[in-house]
Amino acid sequence: MSARPAPTEVWGWLDGIPDPEIPVISVVDLGIVRDVRYDADTLIVAITPTYSGCPATSVIAFEIDKVLRENGVDDLRVTQQISPPWTTDWMSGRARNRLRQYGIEPPGKADGPAQCPRCGGHDLERVSQFGSTPCKAQWRCRDCLEPFDYFKCI
Amino acid sequence: MQAEAVPFLLRMGDNALILGHRLSEWCGHAPVLEEDIALANTALDLIGQCRMWLDLAGEAEGKGRNADDLAMLRDSWEFRNLLLVEQPNGDFGQTIMRQYLFDAWHLPMLNALADCAQPRIAAVAAKSAREVAYHLARSRSLVIGLGDGTPESHGRMQSALDNLAPYVGEMLSPDACDIAAETNGYGVSAEDVARECRAEMDMTLASATLDMPDVMRRAGPVRTGGKTGRQHSEHLGHILSELQWLQRAYPGASW
Repeated sequence: MSARPAPTEVWGWLDGIPDPEIPVISVVDLGIVRDVRYDADTLIVAITPTYSGCPATSVIAFEIDKVLRENGVDDLRVTQQISPPWTTDWMSGRARNRLRQYGIEPPGKADGPAQCPRCGGHDLERVSQFGSTPCKAQWRCRDCLEPFDYFKCI
Repeated sequence: MQAEAVPFLLRMGDNALILGHRLSEWCGHAPVLEEDIALANTALDLIGQCRMWLDLAGEAEGKGRNADDLAMLRDSWEFRNLLLVEQPNGDFGQTIMRQYLFDAWHLPMLNALADCAQPRIAAVAAKSAREVAYHLARSRSLVIGLGDGTPESHGRMQSALDNLAPYVGEMLSPDACDIAAETNGYGVSAEDVARECRAEMDMTLASATLDMPDVMRRAGPVRTGGKTGRQHSEHLGHILSELQWLQRAYPGASW
């Protein structure tokens, strides 16, 4: 008989799963876990991809499956949901702070970084509209002369 | 999902697949590292979108084929992509011009599809549109920067535009499949999309100081046969031989 933990407990476990590319934030922080519910005795976890081709999505689905099984849930299904499309508005405030501490400037209101995550400078220039993962762009601070990643606003 | 939607879904998926593959050919070869990464990321978005469209096409078809089967096991005459997206990369300018011309159509197409009556199609379009808005912002600024740049970059962009201009008509001229899609509620008004696309191209090419070739102003297709599958250019076969060889040589291989 499979354990049937409460969804709030499941959300707590999921919050312990780091994003595979940006390990300082959890998959819950990132806003990609959209739903945790039961369909009869089957636990359903719905996740949404950040970018449609992001290779991290399948790794995340695998990690979620693994963590839930380690917690005694055998009857589960991880589903993908694309509507409404993921937006950086779903990222938690905690995630934004952690990103900045980690050296990645969080998504701004207009599409551009608010400040340099290293020195807080505001004289910034874009190096490339893309970066090491689909969700980031490369910028540089003219005050401290350091390059940094910016989490694109989508 | 109705089976009649299959040809339309293949068009959306095959455009993304073939252009995504073309862009991936740049990986490790772009003029600077940042552009290499940008081209690869654009390719990644398109391959992701292709998977969503082709999975829907497989489901609508009802023969148990998924996106991988459709991408890896069809022959060139079964592909429904535009001739534009299968054209060779050429130099960096030609790649960027091809990207811009496609993006200028792709974004209004996806925005309109996001409001169509078929909810699954609308969901894929809405997801894709956010990524493609970013593609267009980038290709537009590069076309303007290179077109209105040095005599060398201007000349290369004008020659890229001259080479690709004959393929624009196929993209902007609705045929029976596009009209059926609109009538059946899973397509869009192709004429509205074409109007929006032409306005975008007029504005950007003027800012880029590039002359729009007469062939682009013509109503109706000039070179065609891609989106119907009737007459692809020879380039598609070469793309498929590279894209599909592993599944053809080792059927069912997985890792």
